[in-house]
Amino acid sequence: MTFVSEWKKHDFSQISESIKTKKKSDVVRALSHVRTGLSLDDLAALLSIAAEPYLEEMAQLSHQLTVERFGKTMQLYAPMYLTNICANVCTYCGFSAQNKIPRKALTDSEILAEADVLKAHGFEHVLLVTGESSRYGAEYIANAMRLLRPRFSSLSMEVQPLEQKEYAYLTENGLNSVLVYQETYDPVVYPKYHLKGPKSDIEYRLETPDRLGKAGVKKIGLGALYGLSDWRAESWYIGLHLRYLEKTYWKTKYSLSFPRLRPHEGSKIEVTHFDERCLVQAACAFRLFSQELELSLSTREGIEFRNNAYRLGFTSMSAGSKTNPGGYASDMDSLEQFAIDDERSPLEVASFLKSAGYDAVWKDWDSTYDGQAPVLSIAK
Amino acid sequence: MNSKPLVIHGVSFSSRLFVGTGKYSSSDMMRDSIVATGSEMVTVALRRVRTGGQDDDILSKLDTKKYRLLPNTSGVRDAKEAILAAELAREALQTNWLKLEIHPDPKYLMPDPIETLIATKELVKRGFVVLPYVHADPVLCKQLEEAGAAAVMPLGAPIGSNRGLESRVFLEIIISQSCVPVVIDAGLGAPSHAAAALEMGADAVLVNTAIAAARDPVAMGEAFKKAVKAGRLGFEAGLSGAKVSASATSPLTSFLSSGTS
Repeated sequence: MTFVSEWKKHDFSQISESIKTKKKSDVVRALSHVRTGLSLDDLAALLSIAAEPYLEEMAQLSHQLTVERFGKTMQLYAPMYLTNICANVCTYCGFSAQNKIPRKALTDSEILAEADVLKAHGFEHVLLVTGESSRYGAEYIANAMRLLRPRFSSLSMEVQPLEQKEYAYLTENGLNSVLVYQETYDPVVYPKYHLKGPKSDIEYRLETPDRLGKAGVKKIGLGALYGLSDWRAESWYIGLHLRYLEKTYWKTKYSLSFPRLRPHEGSKIEVTHFDERCLVQAACAFRLFSQELELSLSTREGIEFRNNAYRLGFTSMSAGSKTNPGGYASDMDSLEQFAIDDERSPLEVASFLKSAGYDAVWKDWDSTYDGQAPVLSIAK
Repeated sequence: MNSKPLVIHGVSFSSRLFVGTGKYSSSDMMRDSIVATGSEMVTVALRRVRTGGQDDDILSKLDTKKYRLLPNTSGVRDAKEAILAAELAREALQTNWLKLEIHPDPKYLMPDPIETLIATKELVKRGFVVLPYVHADPVLCKQLEEAGAAAVMPLGAPIGSNRGLESRVFLEIIISQSCVPVVIDAGLGAPSHAAAALEMGADAVLVNTAIAAARDPVAMGEAFKKAVKAGRLGFEAGLSGAKVSASATSPLTSFLSSGTS
């Protein structure tokens, strides 16, 4: 059994409609369950229009619960784009196969050059990112992991969905966690955005976290790309997915990100409503739904927003990100996947957090926990 | 309103109250009390059953068309003994359902978590439908679920103690993360304890001492029947929790531009 059978029990448009019927009393009841645990029905109430007048109360509770569980800390990480080569045609993405942009896959020496820059900034947690291609698949990523593993305390990746045995193989090579966004749980909308390539198979993508769980990957990151369908129903499905995974792969940790569509090279597409207020509502609803869930705040968001939203439930943020392969060190002009809004350096972000009474956490893991030989000293 | 039936290993139960057969003053009293509880699953200690073919004073009183028998291994001290007892129970009672209980300690009858996990793995391989009796240990319950247990039966308090849901905080965790039914077993001393267990989301309860040792076991059986129904109905109806208030700091959302949705 996988999540697909759970997903098929519900109808996206019906869920969307039922969230619209939530009333003030449903929101109040949901808020009364914060200490004992929220049901999926409670989550629906907190995602509804009826919850909008309760946003400040949700934010206060979210802040309080997050500080209780995580303290006033913020984990910092950086993405490292290894390649922008991609076989998929996804109408919203800058790496889409039909886009005529310079394509690049980093060589070993280029990967190490990127690592040097990130290391100099102080990063210990690095997220490896690729497009989707068979040539730059598991073996290419495993090689990058072997190169980077002695240099960083945690390696995660956001790459194409892989097979269970490939995840197990990468875990042996030092992989700690995997982010795989569903993009949309809406079966009507999904094929409209994912025109060609392996990604057009929605069920294979829906089952990816199951393969990750079975392979023993320690942390799984979920998310939807907001802007493709109804954000309220999308978020509810993430809650459904999370609950299913927590029960089934109970040794795994989970994290959640809130990517939303930003300007990019490629076709102009219609974007559904999801503004900053919605993002805050979704993040707070998830914090009340799950106190241990890690919530990530993207560099896709602006400085003003990040400087206010960081204490609403988020536990990690990227800083100084480059979304083009080689962007940190070698090749400054290959094309980026999406535009970054917060262009502050990692140090500036850390200083801001410090001034706000938060500790910027650079290292919160160790490669020995991922079965790697201890690295007691490493030349800079 | 009919509440949702409980399903264990594909078998549906309309009553969420399981009962025992021990400690009654007579087998007629046992029969009448069990009828009053409305229960459909009755646990029987294998050691009490005459397995040599003679008429048994417990089994002969129970209409096995109405009740599913759940033999238990009470008395065994380790996995090896439990497996032998299970095989005997399967043959003698013609059922592969088993309440696995292993308590090496004769004083408090505390279940042995290590031997229980070992025995569960082996019994599942041998085709048993295993319902292990365990401490309210959330990790153990997940391990048992992975080992193939059909349900888990964590204790509310020491067996026979009538102390109620002493392990509540751990039971809540078990209930929230279990993929198999959670049957709270042992320690429930009053109908209100059973109602509270169902209210918090337990799938069923198993009660013996509180009914068998009551002044009027038949009346107490009926009281438990009603309590279990009320508790389940309350759970399904959606309880409201206590109001939680945030300790307000300065406004956190005033930076958002208002009224865009």
